[in-house]
Amino acid sequence: MKEKKRMTRRRAIFAGITSAGALLLSGCLKKMPPTYGNLLRMGDNLTYMAQRGLLSQRALAMEYQKSDITSFPVTDIGDPADPASKAAYSKEYQELQRYNFKDWALSVEGCVAKPGKYSMEELKKLGERTQITRHTCEEGWSAIAEWTGVPLGTLLQHAGILPAARFVCIYGFDNYGESIDMLDAFHPQTILAHTMNGESLPARNGAPVRLRVETQIGYKNVKYLQRIVVTDKFVDAGPDISNGWSWYTGI
Amino acid sequence: MGNGQHKRWVKSAHFIITLSFLALTVSGYVILMSHPRLYWGKAGNDLTPALFELPISRNYHHGGWEKRIQFKHLANSQISAVRTYNIFNQNGWGRSTHFLAAWFLVITGLIYLFTGIFSGYFRSNLAPQTRELSFRLFWQDFLSHFRKQAYTGGQYGLLQKITYLAVIFFLFPVVILTGFTMSPAITASYPFLLKIFFGHQSARTIHFFSASALLLFLLVHVVMVVRSGFKRNVLAITFSS
Repeated sequence: MKEKKRMTRRRAIFAGITSAGALLLSGCLKKMPPTYGNLLRMGDNLTYMAQRGLLSQRALAMEYQKSDITSFPVTDIGDPADPASKAAYSKEYQELQRYNFKDWALSVEGCVAKPGKYSMEELKKLGERTQITRHTCEEGWSAIAEWTGVPLGTLLQHAGILPAARFVCIYGFDNYGESIDMLDAFHPQTILAHTMNGESLPARNGAPVRLRVETQIGYKNVKYLQRIVVTDKFVDAGPDISNGWSWYTGI
Repeated sequence: MGNGQHKRWVKSAHFIITLSFLALTVSGYVILMSHPRLYWGKAGNDLTPALFELPISRNYHHGGWEKRIQFKHLANSQISAVRTYNIFNQNGWGRSTHFLAAWFLVITGLIYLFTGIFSGYFRSNLAPQTRELSFRLFWQDFLSHFRKQAYTGGQYGLLQKITYLAVIFFLFPVVILTGFTMSPAITASYPFLLKIFFGHQSARTIHFFSASALLLFLLVHVVMVVRSGFKRNVLAITFSS
């Protein structure tokens, strides 16, 4: 008799877990980025769906005190205008850097009502957010710095984002690109940073403007911004998926 | 248990968790290879002092940074520097394998935990009995692990129970929670994780030590399995009916 009761309870637990999983899957299935194929990418996808389904999407990443600010190592290339970094060498960037990015303008294209270019002045007019946050590198190290910039959501709204928009692709002068979904694009801490620790962003940290996505791992934070393209379907904007890296890096 | 038998759900959970743990160990090692330095506190990197450095990658020696530049042109302000060397970085598949295996471990672990609690399995098999709680018995049990002992076939010994309880209710929860603490999206929703583990880099360090403790447990566990009757033990946890 006792054994029978145990079995029922156990079965109830299993049924509960299974149905909760099924609900989660069906609720998020249509939001899945469609380029995912192999087993590892399916695991990443499960993480993406679980985090989108279970976590608060407006919660702010930890913000720190000025005294917590640390040194900031720069991996990969330091400057796309350096002919020594051949993969990233950009004549266009070199030209802009020569005049201290006076002629630089950020292009906003795709699913927006008013596509166009934003100069630094126009960007700064849109608004500003300052945050002291942690950069979490996928390699394992982390660094804390103070960033000031325009919230990406404000810029997208100013450009008149269309209802069909689902992803935001961000491209830099170093031939690097990344894409994020709308939840991360409109996260209050997702900013286009032009100031680091109270100074104009140095070239090695992504001058003139870089992306900060504080709810994801470091490599999502595109430097040397050139172009933003809003898309209605998933585009593999960067080297991640083709090189075996996960697209969503909230974990 | 009993006559060399385990319940079917215990066997399945043991099998899935063992495989996941092995995958997590290998991929964890690969991830650690790209930055084998451990820190204490909120943040840490190659330009800040480390707790210590593990000699596990051919790139573990500092390759150096070029152009260390101060942010504010003052002697003591923060600096940045560009890395002058390529590291061994296999984190593309390493991280994805790690997280996929972690899913298997966490889901199986939760099912194991709930089934174990609600079926009374932990209470009847792992919780030490009142009569067992004497120092003399504990010492006897402790010493017997260093002698060539015969397989007793019955209940778990006191030392065994304490070890299993520590692994199930302390080490695994700590290793999983410190793993969560390294995720920027999870700590945005649950900032208390960063508080209880003293920050991102402390969590990473605790993650490393608790994983090492689990690995040590695995080694001792395997030694004890071999010493106390390898064939019977392996059959008991796999194919015996």
